Amino acid sequence: MANLTPELEAERKRICQIAKDAGLDCFETIFELITYDQISQFAAYGGFPVRYPHWKFGMEYEHLSKSYEYGLSKIYEMVINTDPCYAYLMEGNAMMDQKLVMAHVYGHCDFFKNNIWFSKTNRKMMDQMANHATRIRRYMDRYGQDTVENFIDVCLSLENLIDRYSPYVEKSVTKSQPPPQEKNYLLKVEREYMRDYINPPAFVEEQKLKAQQEAQEKAQRFPREPEKDVLNFFIHHAPLADWQVDVLTIIRDEAYYFSPQGMTKTMNEGWASYWHSKLMTTKILNDSEIIDFADHHAGTMAMAPNGYNPYKVGIELFRDIEERWNKGQFGREFEECDDVKERKHWDKKLGLGRDKIFEVRKVCNDVTFIDQFLTEDFCVRNKLFVYKFNKKTQKFEVDKSNFKAIKSQLLFHMTNFGQPIIRIEDANFENRGELLLNHLHEGIDMQPDFMSETLKNVYKLWNRPVNIATIMDETPQLFRFDGKEYTQHKLTAEGPTPNPSTEESSG
Amino acid sequence: MAIREDQNRFRDIVKGRVKEDLRKYVSNGEMIGKREDEFVKIPLPRIDIPNFRYGPKQSGGVGQGEGQPGQDVGDPGEGGQGQAGEAPGEHMVEVELSMEELAEILGEKLQLPRIEPKGHKNIDSLKTKFTGIAPVGPEGLRHFKSSYKSALKRQIGSGTYNAEEPLVLPIRRDMKYKSFKKVNQPQTQAVIIYMMDVSGSMGEEQKEIVRLESFWINTWLKKHYKGLETRFIIHDAAAKEVDEDTFFRTSESGGTLISSAYKLCQEIIQADYPTNEWNIYPFHFSDGDNWSGEDTRLCVKMLQEFFLPNCNVFGYGQVESKYGSGQFLKDLQKEFGEDERITLSQIESRDKILDSIKDFLGKGR
Repeated sequence: MANLTPELEAERKRICQIAKDAGLDCFETIFELITYDQISQFAAYGGFPVRYPHWKFGMEYEHLSKSYEYGLSKIYEMVINTDPCYAYLMEGNAMMDQKLVMAHVYGHCDFFKNNIWFSKTNRKMMDQMANHATRIRRYMDRYGQDTVENFIDVCLSLENLIDRYSPYVEKSVTKSQPPPQEKNYLLKVEREYMRDYINPPAFVEEQKLKAQQEAQEKAQRFPREPEKDVLNFFIHHAPLADWQVDVLTIIRDEAYYFSPQGMTKTMNEGWASYWHSKLMTTKILNDSEIIDFADHHAGTMAMAPNGYNPYKVGIELFRDIEERWNKGQFGREFEECDDVKERKHWDKKLGLGRDKIFEVRKVCNDVTFIDQFLTEDFCVRNKLFVYKFNKKTQKFEVDKSNFKAIKSQLLFHMTNFGQPIIRIEDANFENRGELLLNHLHEGIDMQPDFMSETLKNVYKLWNRPVNIATIMDETPQLFRFDGKEYTQHKLTAEGPTPNPSTEESSG
Repeated sequence: MAIREDQNRFRDIVKGRVKEDLRKYVSNGEMIGKREDEFVKIPLPRIDIPNFRYGPKQSGGVGQGEGQPGQDVGDPGEGGQGQAGEAPGEHMVEVELSMEELAEILGEKLQLPRIEPKGHKNIDSLKTKFTGIAPVGPEGLRHFKSSYKSALKRQIGSGTYNAEEPLVLPIRRDMKYKSFKKVNQPQTQAVIIYMMDVSGSMGEEQKEIVRLESFWINTWLKKHYKGLETRFIIHDAAAKEVDEDTFFRTSESGGTLISSAYKLCQEIIQADYPTNEWNIYPFHFSDGDNWSGEDTRLCVKMLQEFFLPNCNVFGYGQVESKYGSGQFLKDLQKEFGEDERITLSQIESRDKILDSIKDFLGKGR
């Protein structure tokens, strides 16, 4: 399979051994030497040699190959999470670059294999992708390319509506419901003869009835609980043809496959960069390559004032953790120490750094990584700041450099990939089989034109009027598409209530 | 390769040949980027699949650097921070492109011939051009960075580099010098005179096309002429000279007399650009509507008698508008046919811009 030159193969063997000796634990990793055109193609396909036919891959390909042709950008490495791992080297790159890529790739492979957020991914995805391609081609033959591709467009428009944590939650088949408890609405009676006065029978009867009704209504609510995996809900409950269900399933499976890569971008790139840097400078490079390496490495790590570089933040955090755990700069005693000088020279010579970073790479994702290990010292040392859009000047400007703001900004962008969280609230909205989506608004509005277009795509699946409750311009609003018209309604102060009686009682 | 099918499919959508509904999501991006700053972006159309997303200007991000609150950080670019990609790891290295390099690329891409400045009187001047690094040379041309780099390499290689005391001492064989060669630089002067119809039928899209075309024409000609001047004329029923900014902003209503622009152009040339010393490039853009056949005949006469004998090449670009296109292109085609001294180009849409540039510049005049 591999087609490396003898020279590259010798280096690969050597680097593989060096990585192993350093404690990295990888699946077998197969490197292939390919042309830039192939790299562009594979990259467009998300690293895979085969994907289902769709114009968006063509678009990616055109972008990658054109920007390479014009000297605007270049892909240096690509590796996919499968067992064995596949990675690509570009023909004609300098030897130093090839070695750098190999060292970096072994870092990724170790991460894929050991980080728990990848534990549920399909390691035979290569086959699955090919299988998906075959199925979709078959549908295209049967129902026409336009029909199928149009449907894929709709699915892709909703592909971010999955529940990224659901693969890690063991769900029992039947949700155990607590037995319906009789609500205690009776007042406490001290003296028996007062009972009928304190809890009049008519009132008691009324309350009982009300409780029953409530319970019944709740039982009829559909879905029982708000559903984050919107795609899954549609697969089971939308009025779709069999082939459409299958296409939607394919899109959803692939979305879940790629999801951990988004959840661990900073860690994964940081980890790979940490290792390529360490292994290159201590074991792999020869003297004449060090300058070119430094040049290349610095280019990758550059962080602009207007952009977040996961490579940079990731590698620095891993190094920071290693150093802190080596010196014992953690725990209560250290946290409570107020003496700046003492903190700076704090060194208990614990040497726990190496173990700690391996542990972190196993259990964390970007959210927990930043949440646990980003420190104020780190932000100051790396000169991080938050920037915001200034409506007056129409420019992005430096806003704050305080630790709390930086951390919450990073966490915000990493939670759900910085995308709005949308749930299905009610699939029988207004008691008319309409769909109500709810956007859990966290301070930032959605982009209105994209929202309306996406809602129209939701309609194409649900085939009944669809609604989304959100906050726009500081006002709770309901947007609705009934198949013909897109309308906007203000919501009452209580916010969106899926209860069909709301409108009658308020109006 | 299957990717080619996907690519063709994408192009078909961009060109509107399939799936009209997706046309509205095509974003052409900034085709030029910042024109003033010399750096440009290559046109890369993109189709955005709509999804639920945050408004781009609503959120901010985290950056790094010596920033004071209120300091401008520039545009975070596509998606900014937080668009955690789903693609596997890729390093993207951005390279800035100068206008010179861009012109090279354009030239290669369209296989444009080198322009041959007209006239033999023009004196070429010898110019020194630094082309690389050599191990020998005069001390005045010592290349410090390369010299120290090779000294550092040598010291590390021989183990004499001490990181604690980073002292780098270049010796004779570390020295590197700038090398140069003498190249002929045509010292000729050139002027481009842009004329544009700004009557009501030329809409925003048409003017954008003219703007992009003129940008590429400038880029190409600048590569060949050191002193390149540009003049701008707008016309409807009457013509006037304007500055560049006005040129691209003005829109008028009313009729069109193309001859008015040609007359003014002729006056400008006669006043400021002696035709034996200057390379002259008039370009005219319109949607092809002219007031009358009589005016068209007048234009043809001016072309024959003044422009074609005196200009390097005369360019006419007909930009199609939603009101259709006029006769003018056909009239000129009929009149001049294969005449080398005039180039005619029909520009149906943005996608045709590159083809049109090739029409204009492909003759190497």
